[in-house]
Amino acid sequence: MSQKVLLSSKEVNITLHRLACQLIENHDDFSETALIGIQPRGKFLANRLAKILTEDYKIKNIQLGHLDITFFRDDFRRGEKPLEANTTIIDFIVEDKNVVFIDDVLYTGRSIRSALTAIQSFGRPKDIELLTLIDRRFSRHLPIQPNYRGRQVDAIDNQKVIVKWLENEGEDAVYLVDK
Amino acid sequence: MSELSVNHLLGIKYLTKEDINLIFETADQFKEVINRPIKKVPSLRDITIANLFFENSTRTKLSFELAEKRLSADVINFSASQSSVKKGETLIDTVNNILSMKVDMVVMRHPNPGAGVFLSKHVNASIVNAGDGAHEHPTQALLDSYSIREKLGSVKGKNVVIVGDILHSRVALSNIYALQLQGANVMVCGPKTLLPKYIKDLGVKVETNLKKALEWCDVANMLRVQNERMDISYFPSTREYTQQFGVNKELLDSLNKEIVIMHPGPINRGVEITSDVADSKQAIILNQVENGVAVRMAVIYLLASKIKQ
Repeated sequence: MSQKVLLSSKEVNITLHRLACQLIENHDDFSETALIGIQPRGKFLANRLAKILTEDYKIKNIQLGHLDITFFRDDFRRGEKPLEANTTIIDFIVEDKNVVFIDDVLYTGRSIRSALTAIQSFGRPKDIELLTLIDRRFSRHLPIQPNYRGRQVDAIDNQKVIVKWLENEGEDAVYLVDK
Repeated sequence: MSELSVNHLLGIKYLTKEDINLIFETADQFKEVINRPIKKVPSLRDITIANLFFENSTRTKLSFELAEKRLSADVINFSASQSSVKKGETLIDTVNNILSMKVDMVVMRHPNPGAGVFLSKHVNASIVNAGDGAHEHPTQALLDSYSIREKLGSVKGKNVVIVGDILHSRVALSNIYALQLQGANVMVCGPKTLLPKYIKDLGVKVETNLKKALEWCDVANMLRVQNERMDISYFPSTREYTQQFGVNKELLDSLNKEIVIMHPGPINRGVEITSDVADSKQAIILNQVENGVAVRMAVIYLLASKIKQ
């Protein structure tokens, strides 16, 4: 199994700061913004961005939530593996908010399609943007594109992008792996 | 482990500890879902469920129907009193006729013990037992344990007493299986006439003195006296039953600890439990009802995920 480093720890850090700055350009003081990490992997990125915005850019009262999309997925009963549910934590109103979906890898776009449906259970956002660390272009099944992207990658279907986080896997890094 | 070990929910006896954990973890997520402004998810939009109630039910039927609808399943309801069962149709024929209308899952309550097991062997659908005679009522036991877990943090090591009509109670048997599987200590308490002869073989403690039972326990699950299943007189009078096995405020206050009071409903206020106890903060009766929907959503979701396309 060959493995290629797409982003090193230092590159992840630089990219996260750039993404944080891009969010500030569009969202000002974040009073009307909600950051929503898509479960299970998007929450790490969302938590990290919220931390950078709070600690390095002194933005107060960031509304941060985690959204689980399991019950909204379009592949229930279609795969070999059962779908496992994760926790949803959205303890604020999303009605009329500028919602930013945050996920680590954008691949087919189906997770984001599910998230677009799932978020409606919490109200009608003013608008929804998408932030992703890795954008696997040429592999989309749906007309969904990110508003903020860390790195664009050309990967073929039998390759996998693996994002590791310091707090979960002990290192910040992005790898491209042959399945 | 993210799949149930069974294709039907016929009784707690057929489940593993891991199954129960999976159901509870899934129910946690559904409990969050049913507290959203929009309490519905689209998971089961291509599943049709038939609720077959050959015996009367209010809350179980409503709870199942609500759980199914909140998962976006199509639901058809059937009550024996308005059906061809009265015309002499057999159970298998009735169910096969319903299944030929492309139904994927059957939720059934039936007065005969073992009706669910029998059906699962003869028809091609996922079966959920919503109560079969005096045998099992698995979803009630699951929601009872889920409510204990929610209130006390875990079920393991807790002392739980089931009080009342154990003899006719499917809730009691399912609860005994479920609680023991999760490592709780179980006691039954009631008049000797309403305790099954070989109940000790299930590994439960037996007590006929309510005060002693309550002093021992962390949780008391108060059962209803099932007059409709009693063909003979099991105790002299309701008044005497209440005096010996009814829980009232004075009795609870006389204990040197605060225990949790549960009841599967419907309550006979003033018989097994007085109004001031039923409405006190020690009682988690309405939490049980809320949790019932979440637990049933979890059971249906997990069973449906095993129905292949």
